[in-house]
Amino acid sequence: MRIAAAADLRFALEELLDLYRRDHPGVEASATYGSSGTLFSQLQNEAPFDLYLSADLSYPRALREQGLVAPDGVFPYAVGRIVVWVRDDSPIDVERLGIEALLDPSVRKIAIANPEHAPYGRAAVAALEDFGLYERVRDRSVLGENIAQTAQFVQSGSADVGIIALSLALAPDAGGRYWEIPAERHPPIEQGGAIMRWAADPDAARAFVDLMLGTEGVELLSRYGFEQPR
Amino acid sequence: MDRQAVALSLRLSLATMIVLLVVTTPLAYWLGRSRRRWKVLVEAVVALPLVLPPTVLGFYVLLAIGPRSPIGRFYRSITGELLPFSFRGLLVASVLYSLPFAVQPMMVAFAQVDARAIEASWMLGEGRLGTFFRTVMPMSLTGIVTAAVLSFAHTLGEFGVVLMVGGNIPGETRTVSISIYDHVQALEYDAAGETALFLLAVSFTVLAVTYSVQRRVWAAWPGP
Repeated sequence: MRIAAAADLRFALEELLDLYRRDHPGVEASATYGSSGTLFSQLQNEAPFDLYLSADLSYPRALREQGLVAPDGVFPYAVGRIVVWVRDDSPIDVERLGIEALLDPSVRKIAIANPEHAPYGRAAVAALEDFGLYERVRDRSVLGENIAQTAQFVQSGSADVGIIALSLALAPDAGGRYWEIPAERHPPIEQGGAIMRWAADPDAARAFVDLMLGTEGVELLSRYGFEQPR
Repeated sequence: MDRQAVALSLRLSLATMIVLLVVTTPLAYWLGRSRRRWKVLVEAVVALPLVLPPTVLGFYVLLAIGPRSPIGRFYRSITGELLPFSFRGLLVASVLYSLPFAVQPMMVAFAQVDARAIEASWMLGEGRLGTFFRTVMPMSLTGIVTAAVLSFAHTLGEFGVVLMVGGNIPGETRTVSISIYDHVQALEYDAAGETALFLLAVSFTVLAVTYSVQRRVWAAWPGP
């Protein structure tokens, strides 16, 4: 079973896959990560994935309208959050400064995900506009292809601060300090998925979705900062 | 190190090299020996992948072999499968991407073969194919080896085209360079570093061998 997953799931999904492999030792399960939009365009070309986990419910819905999704194959699974994130050794006191951290004189580059095809990038831009900061930080922003690359820009020191997914900031090896951007500052990041029409093993995909939406899955996702869809 | 990706890359590079040697030898021979004026246009087309960004090439390949294209539909009607995001699709893309690296060294080598040697072979009753295999090929061996090695090495290092056409599927289209990109995004710098070092070592070895082969032949065979 092959999963095409939004990059914000990079760490949470690996844990979910471990749980899944424990329950289904016979199934070979693997995940490929990218921006939701990139994966969406690959799936429009019928890329051989069984399951699509997008960071934005609108993509799975669009695939359903194009007749590419299995019957009853679209489902919401989480609501994501974004944070302002710096490295551990950064001089910026992000917990105290909040969004003002972006205006710190030491900040030369601000990493956000590309809003063209990354839902977390769209949320970041919406929040910046809501704070009235977008025009002021725009010329210092660098765009990651997806939200994991955006985090990597900050982690490697190429950017001084970034707006990334809470799920990545909470990853065990991520390090770093963050400030949560209040959820009401941007349209909710409603994450959704789809089981593809051409899934090689639809039952395995459904079993994975059941696990993810079940008690264990919900508990795991909440540890990574995901809230439950209403 | 991602062994699965290494094995896949080696398989892809080997397959690309073999396809290119078989397909481009006649083309390189024609380009090297023909006197037609319009062959420069063919030369230009062959050299295009050297200049085009891999994303442009990948984009066109994706359109050309996708499920909505005539080629994609034809392929599907025969095999029931799709070309993009599969090993065969990558092979098609890699052959195009590495085309100039196979054609150009062979073209130069074939052009340098003395016409008198070819005519002497004909006089002695060899046909065109016999002349090619017994006279032209042995005299162009350096060029053929260079073409083989460079198309192998160039495919091993391809990234942009694979990213556009491949879809990063483990064991199917996740090549070494994609695996490195993936490891970096997962903040797994150690794994990325190991695989990158492997690629560096292979590339260096391949080039060192190529240059030593070329040098030996130049030394034994004084130029005109």
